Amino acid sequence: MASDLMNSALEQLDQAVQSVKVAAEQAPDAVAMAAHGVSGGAIDPFVFRLAIFVLSIFVGYYVVWSVTPALHTPLMAVTNAISSVIVVGALLAVGISASGYATGFGFVALVLVSVNIFGGFLVTSRMLAMYKKKDR
Amino acid sequence: MSQNLAAFLYLVSGVLFIMALRGLSHPTTSRQGNVYGMVGMAIAIGTTLLLATPSFGGLVLIVVALAIGGGAGAYIARTIPMTAMPQLVAGFHSLVGLAAVMVAAAALYDPVSFGIGMIGEIHGQALIEMALGAAIGAITFTGSIIAYLKLDGRMSGKPILLPYRHWINIGLLVAIVLFMVGLTLSESHFDFWLIVVLALALGVLLIVPIGGADMPVVVSMLNSYSGWAAAGIGFTLGNLALIITGALVGSSGAILSYIMCKGMNRSFVSVILGGFGGEAAAAGADDGVQLSVKQGSAEDAAFLMQNAQKVIIVPGYGMAVAQAQHALRELADTLKEYGVEVKYAIHPVAGRMPGHMNVLLAEANVPYDEVFELEDINGEFAQADVAYVIGANDVTNPAARDDKSSPIYGMPILDVDKARTCLFVKRSLGSGYAGIDNTLFYKDGTMMLLGDAKKMTDDIVKAMKH
Repeated sequence: MASDLMNSALEQLDQAVQSVKVAAEQAPDAVAMAAHGVSGGAIDPFVFRLAIFVLSIFVGYYVVWSVTPALHTPLMAVTNAISSVIVVGALLAVGISASGYATGFGFVALVLVSVNIFGGFLVTSRMLAMYKKKDR
Repeated sequence: MSQNLAAFLYLVSGVLFIMALRGLSHPTTSRQGNVYGMVGMAIAIGTTLLLATPSFGGLVLIVVALAIGGGAGAYIARTIPMTAMPQLVAGFHSLVGLAAVMVAAAALYDPVSFGIGMIGEIHGQALIEMALGAAIGAITFTGSIIAYLKLDGRMSGKPILLPYRHWINIGLLVAIVLFMVGLTLSESHFDFWLIVVLALALGVLLIVPIGGADMPVVVSMLNSYSGWAAAGIGFTLGNLALIITGALVGSSGAILSYIMCKGMNRSFVSVILGGFGGEAAAAGADDGVQLSVKQGSAEDAAFLMQNAQKVIIVPGYGMAVAQAQHALRELADTLKEYGVEVKYAIHPVAGRMPGHMNVLLAEANVPYDEVFELEDINGEFAQADVAYVIGANDVTNPAARDDKSSPIYGMPILDVDKARTCLFVKRSLGSGYAGIDNTLFYKDGTMMLLGDAKKMTDDIVKAMKH
């Protein structure tokens, strides 16, 4: 009974996530085109970024509430690992920067986040590998 | 690679990160989710390298940095003991915070590479976003270091209360905002570094007054901050993957903080203002009457448990400190040989970070379908013969339910006092982290087992095997 309910709830959530995904993939283009038509391209790209930001907060809200409390520690470890996607900024600074300062800062940032990327994902997978079901 | 294709790939990596979090809704899908996360990260890195096409020298530097950091990270991830997970997570947060500051600084010194204007002519909006990212990053950096030191026991868990600390913090915040305005108007590097220095100080001052028992909230909150810092940088760079990830991490940390606060029946504001724990000792049942406590030995406990039908184990932070999870699992196995039903009950704020106990039990090979959350198991204590409380204290204190004058009144607790017998393992008869006397100790059905959690559990197992 309870597991049926749970399953159907999970299914619904899955569908919701799917539709959010589809919407998220289409939204920037669709919104951009519509805005382009209305404003003649005068809307600042900042507005689109803000829109994506706000929508992502909502996606995060629903996705994180569905995380089981037993996995809250791996959740923290993995959110930590993915927030190291700030690596894209560090790569730009190291890779193409002409200023010595900027390269230096970027290099430090790159070392720090690569600790996080490798450490975060590996420690998460180490933790997740330990969660086992009862042997019957 | 065209800008549009790159933006699309960043979006794909953002969606993969969403899938990574989505996987964590169940242990069976979680491993798949983690793989999505890794793929998303690889896509983001690959796209950036293809888009930016670094020079040969730049590429060498990148490989060197990845090798140093990646090697260190992989080594730490392989060797860290599971009991040290809260410190590790706090430490990792500090790295993201510092990296956000560094990336913001790099963008300030070389705006052309980041596509935000020329030196001296950076767009005002980019400057604001950059300053916000750097400020939040700096707060995350020092705040996480303090949290790390407290969790690792290198600094006392007691709150450190400076006089006028709220005014100092507000002053720092106002100064940061003023220098942000200054930076936007002048693009002065000096203003930028002032913001960073003030934010570093603010990070220390914000976390120092918060006591050890409130660390689950702090760790979650810093998790949230590291997300907002990343999002700030994402706006500066106009990078979708960063913006999406920042928002995800930010809201994830915020939700966890909320869950932790609810588990303690405290408001977020009261936790952040700090000062809880350590100072309120001797509050409550200090009316001069010497209450009697029933003490028992490992043999008594073994006898009670092996003749029980149902035993519920309640682990807490003390179990982590004593590294007793493996001994506990052995105890449960021995009990099962006697035909006893064994379950585990986890309070939301047990341990020093969300889900801390679940990870430790999983490490000791306890199947996750024997481990239950508070709401799912609380009704079962009334049918249990024995509740075995190991290393938990305040989360079992009946005063939270019955005594309106108690400082923890209203906090949800595990009803261990409703079990026929409550075996309470504890090093001494002192009060818990919140500094409150536990009325459970003096109840008729309670037997205190004084000793180290691991040694006591081992002794009980030995006594049962005799």
